[in-house]
Amino acid sequence: MAPVATTFFFYFLSALTVLSGVLVITRKNAVHSALALIVSLLGQAALYLMLYAPFVAGVQIILYAGGIMVLFLFVIMLVSIEKAQKEEQFNQQWLVGLAAALALGALFVLVYVKGRALFPDRGILMPEQSNTQQVAVLLYGNYMFTFEIASLLLLVAIIGAVVMAKKRI
Amino acid sequence: MAPISTLHYLVVAAALFILGVIGVLTRRNVVIVLMSIELILNAVNLNLVAFSRIWGLHGQIFAIFVITDAAAEAAVGLGILIAFFRNKETVNMDEVDLMKW
Amino acid sequence: MLDYITSYLKSDLTPGSAGNLFWAFVYIVLIFLGLSVAVIAMNWLERKILAHMQVRLGPMRVGPHGLLQPIADALKLLIKEDIMPSAADPWVFWSAPLLVVITAFTVFVVVPFGPTHAVTDMNIGVLFMLGVSSLSVLGVVMAGWASNSHYPLMGALRSSAQMVSYEIAMGLAVISAVLMTSLNNEGTGTLSMIGIVQAQQAQHVWFAFKFFPLGLIAFFIFAVAMVAETNRAPFDLPEAESELTAGFHTEYSGFRWSLFFLAEYSAMIAVSSIAVTLWLGGWMRPFPNALNGETWDLVFSLVPGLTFLLLAAITFYSTARMPKHPYFKVQTIGLGGFGAVLALIGVALFIPPVRDRVQDIFWFSAKVAFSMYMYIWYRGTFPRYRFDQLMKVGWKVLLPLGIGVLVLTAIAGILF
Repeated sequence: MAPVATTFFFYFLSALTVLSGVLVITRKNAVHSALALIVSLLGQAALYLMLYAPFVAGVQIILYAGGIMVLFLFVIMLVSIEKAQKEEQFNQQWLVGLAAALALGALFVLVYVKGRALFPDRGILMPEQSNTQQVAVLLYGNYMFTFEIASLLLLVAIIGAVVMAKKRI
Repeated sequence: MAPISTLHYLVVAAALFILGVIGVLTRRNVVIVLMSIELILNAVNLNLVAFSRIWGLHGQIFAIFVITDAAAEAAVGLGILIAFFRNKETVNMDEVDLMKW
Repeated sequence: MLDYITSYLKSDLTPGSAGNLFWAFVYIVLIFLGLSVAVIAMNWLERKILAHMQVRLGPMRVGPHGLLQPIADALKLLIKEDIMPSAADPWVFWSAPLLVVITAFTVFVVVPFGPTHAVTDMNIGVLFMLGVSSLSVLGVVMAGWASNSHYPLMGALRSSAQMVSYEIAMGLAVISAVLMTSLNNEGTGTLSMIGIVQAQQAQHVWFAFKFFPLGLIAFFIFAVAMVAETNRAPFDLPEAESELTAGFHTEYSGFRWSLFFLAEYSAMIAVSSIAVTLWLGGWMRPFPNALNGETWDLVFSLVPGLTFLLLAAITFYSTARMPKHPYFKVQTIGLGGFGAVLALIGVALFIPPVRDRVQDIFWFSAKVAFSMYMYIWYRGTFPRYRFDQLMKVGWKVLLPLGIGVLVLTAIAGILF
């Protein structure tokens, strides 16, 4: 079906995403940060849906919001945060942070101004119905080798996490 | 209002990226630094998917790989965090200074 | 306007895919009401069935055979004082039950009650259902953490570890069913819930019996994982009352607690409907392969009406057995009226146009109801697992089994 109220949904979702992103880096309590990050991730999943990428949106929800963030919450609860909450939350690098943010912002504005010609809206809208099949054909066709390497990376990560976190192996 | 173009999505992604960078550079809590890294990775993903609307599906494939990478990074990062917490009873970034003798 | 409303009735698409927002809204309201009624009915059924399994009577006082007990309970919960612990984190404490309920209800957007009877048909249906139902663990963790109390926190930690572990086995089982949908001439599988049932229709077999015993093993893995995923006995460690009082919702009372209750049962119905869609043929009638043909279609289309007539007969029998004392007069009349309503529904289901429209929904609901009965049966039968046993079952039994079934299904799909 044709999209409904695209403009409204885009501004609503991007405001949600960015505002909860701000909450992530400003909250004192790590759990609140994690919850804000989950909201941000879900908002992004909805943006993916608006970009006709339902499969990536599904992966985003199931892996990020359902998997990685639960891991984060689990660890936050495992390491007691009551003590960390009373301490100073920001380090002394705010100047560096500000400079980096300004430089990046300037870069993005530059790209925005100069790049209007680079990003034309050629607008080949993906037919939503076969997105999963198309992704699968690419993933198991052109990107087969990359896919295998990704699985190897995950294996290394599993072993690494176990080695790091276990007291006695 | 103007129709939503790719540039709109790029602006949102840029905002998220900058937020992530600020978080990484200024926060002390390791967990929040890791979360800021997730924000950065997500900003990249949003860019990739936005471009995939113009230039074909390869961006979405790349986004899936980035998500894989983020999962691996989170697992190892949190593993390191737990090992570190067990040794020093703190989760502050600037107290990771055992190598600075 | 009238054309807009009636146009859907003739189409063979779901309202969401056809872009008919009016009917989508009607379906949303219907599903919401149906779920609430189902949860209330489950409350009564579970207590009655458990009681009969333990040779007790169960609720008998409020209404005939305790039929009005859940309504009395709901009223009590709504009137009860709503307490928030003073040390709790108010925002998180407040939003946790909402999140759990919203995720539990959202998944029903893609549940196919029939070829056109769903709110919408998504390209990523199964993935969406798994993803959104995995979000409910966040609500549980939030509730446990925000209560700022020991038992809830323990419950939340257990729950998060358990649900993340069993999600993997669940996903592997789902993938092996999705793999079976690709066994057609084009070789294109599908993740859409309606597409999966249509694939089973095209292959004339429920996926549970495809590549015997591979489909059955995958179904078994899913059946175990879904019990763990919904925190039900024998995997109810997050809310084990003998160990953790009530687990993550210890500090909740009144309406918020009833939201958790509602979410638990609708999540059970949601995972059951995934299982039914993927392995038990969704809205298909039983024995699509062995007993096909016009006659059998007719015979099976009479089953819904007969079921309701049977229920009515049981109700009338109980009415006749009610005590004759004048004290029970109102209850006897009420039970008789209930039986009459059931009989009327049963007769209405024999009328051909109604029969053809409702048949799909009936078979789907009947299969889900069977799965719900299994839940109660497990609870009445199995003792609770220990936490390390739970992890062992998840990681060392179900996960390798799931990978093995996936590989064997792929091989079998190429060979046959």
